[in-house]
Amino acid sequence: MTVTITKPDAEWDVQWRRLSPRMLLIHPVVELGRAIPAIVGLLVAGTTSGGGSQWGLIGAGVVIALGISHWFTTRYRIGTDQIQLRRGLLRRVTVSAPLDRVRTVDVTAHLLHRALGLAKVAIGTGTSDRKGRTALVLDGLSATSAARLRAELLHRPGAAETAAETAEASAAVHDPEREIARLDPAWVRYAPFTLSGAITSLAVLGFGWRLINEAHIDLSHGGPTRAIADRLRHAPLVLDVIAVALAILLIITVASVVGYVLAFWRFRLTRHDGGSLHISRGLITSRATSIERRRLVGAELSEPLLLRAVGGARCVAIATGLRVGRGAERGGQVLLPPAPRAASVEVIAAVLGSNRVSTAELRRHPRAALRRRIVRVAAACGLFVAVIGGVVAWSPVSRGSWFASLIVFVGVAPLAIDRYRSLGHAVVDGYLVTRFGSLVRRRSIVSCDAVIGWNFRSSFFQRRVGLTTLRATSAAGKQHFPIVDVAQGDAVALANSVTPGLLTPFVV
Amino acid sequence: MTQIQLRVPAHHVSPRARWYWATRAMIGWVVVIVVETVAWLTTPDSGAGLIVLLAITAFVAATHLVVMPRWRFHVHRWEATDDAVYTQSGWFTQERRIAPVNRIQTVDTHRGPFEQLFGLSNVTVTTASASGPLHINGLDLATALTLVDDLTARTSTQGDGT
Repeated sequence: MTVTITKPDAEWDVQWRRLSPRMLLIHPVVELGRAIPAIVGLLVAGTTSGGGSQWGLIGAGVVIALGISHWFTTRYRIGTDQIQLRRGLLRRVTVSAPLDRVRTVDVTAHLLHRALGLAKVAIGTGTSDRKGRTALVLDGLSATSAARLRAELLHRPGAAETAAETAEASAAVHDPEREIARLDPAWVRYAPFTLSGAITSLAVLGFGWRLINEAHIDLSHGGPTRAIADRLRHAPLVLDVIAVALAILLIITVASVVGYVLAFWRFRLTRHDGGSLHISRGLITSRATSIERRRLVGAELSEPLLLRAVGGARCVAIATGLRVGRGAERGGQVLLPPAPRAASVEVIAAVLGSNRVSTAELRRHPRAALRRRIVRVAAACGLFVAVIGGVVAWSPVSRGSWFASLIVFVGVAPLAIDRYRSLGHAVVDGYLVTRFGSLVRRRSIVSCDAVIGWNFRSSFFQRRVGLTTLRATSAAGKQHFPIVDVAQGDAVALANSVTPGLLTPFVV
Repeated sequence: MTQIQLRVPAHHVSPRARWYWATRAMIGWVVVIVVETVAWLTTPDSGAGLIVLLAITAFVAATHLVVMPRWRFHVHRWEATDDAVYTQSGWFTQERRIAPVNRIQTVDTHRGPFEQLFGLSNVTVTTASASGPLHINGLDLATALTLVDDLTARTSTQGDGT
């Protein structure tokens, strides 16, 4: 729901504020960096028509002037109940949001920002459609005023639930933040067991490949690549495979460790006396996210297979108005980076106030769910083998590779059984707990109060064996939390205990 | 613990919805059959192949037109109490959705041209969750309007529903 009701100017009792003047140094640099392709284009076009450097300079001048105009055209003000942001040179945009809709405050500072003691503040009001020009982003406040703004937005007198809390908060001004968790450098050992390293390597590889193609570099003529290729050609095949595998493993390990350090160095999770949670992290680009207490409705304990094998887990916040983006590390909602499982359990206990939500035994799902897991995994493997078979039939690849592909069926039973064993649900201390998945096993813990509806879905095959997939819908996180392949009676009983009375008129 | 089960929602949608669904499906089938007939007429010495295809299409279409509306009418049901809205829909995969009235955010009606012809209306009830909208298709217009008024009156006094 977008709320952009603007108060008339007369009702405002506060002055417009400007961003930090130090941004006048940053804007030109950032805008120039962004405009480099265009300026190069201008230079080239200019050279062919004569007087290239002149056009390049004029282009750069225009870009710098536009960059500086950002500072002169952006203003913001915070009244008693609204925040307003005005910006734009030719198209003036005014964005308003009621203060009680502010759910998260995200403070980021990249290298340039940090050199000048500045920070960018992004204010989340729960509407996912606030992008581009209507986003509530204040790029360029001094670090201290960013911190003050954060406190102002999240700990308004109205936001504290009782007067006593406010008094308590002001009494503890000296140390208002209590630490829940901080990064232990030894946790870096879990980094290679996440897939982020592989993904980063692939991205770098893709980028490098494009660069090489664009620059028309022929790798077979290059010195070192040629030497490597020659050596590989002369060594036996088995050694080649081992060498390449080791090299890939090494690259992925280094990439994931570097990625982990960049993203999570100086990670700190604290709770403010006003109730909000603060998460700060990052080596070069520092990032601090604050989540208002009322908006934090749960947590997700996720254990990708590799990480689970070494006893690790990571932890993500489930909050209203905070959609879970792609890759848990990318969002600002990480409660704990990949770390020992026990540490994640502790963090969840501290944040949600219950020890048992992440350790309690879950109610198992019926045996029919296991059969469904086996059929599905086998079907996926069958599809894979069929595709390989098709490729083999239509290409000169030897038949042997098709027989080799049959090996995936070895994985059917273990994967299906693990997927089945992951399934479970429970209601613990006022939280709905549901778990599923094997390659990424997720245990979602959501406050019962945050559940705002139920979807009971059952396919023809599920109905035949008396199963259903229940989804608890919510405004938080991924918007729904599935309880997969549960017995129909159990589903109703579960829904009934999470939202007492809601189902009563509809049950027999 | 005794096993409790959900019962089906109390109300059917409008009986006229069957004719609406049949009409809509028929238009699709007519297009397919016309294309096939044209192909048959314009292909010289096509043999029996296209005639057989035409016959199969006609049979499938007839079965679909007879079975689908009845089946849908049987499955699509709804109910609204003072505290909750409850719907059932689906074909191969059936889905039942329940949303508490105090968490409802918007109630919309939507009428396509054919629905107007048959005096029908769709009602969509949304909550703050992106995955929770409840759709009731093929409601009698008067019933739809009453339902919308009812729900809007009851939700207007609530908070932001998250």
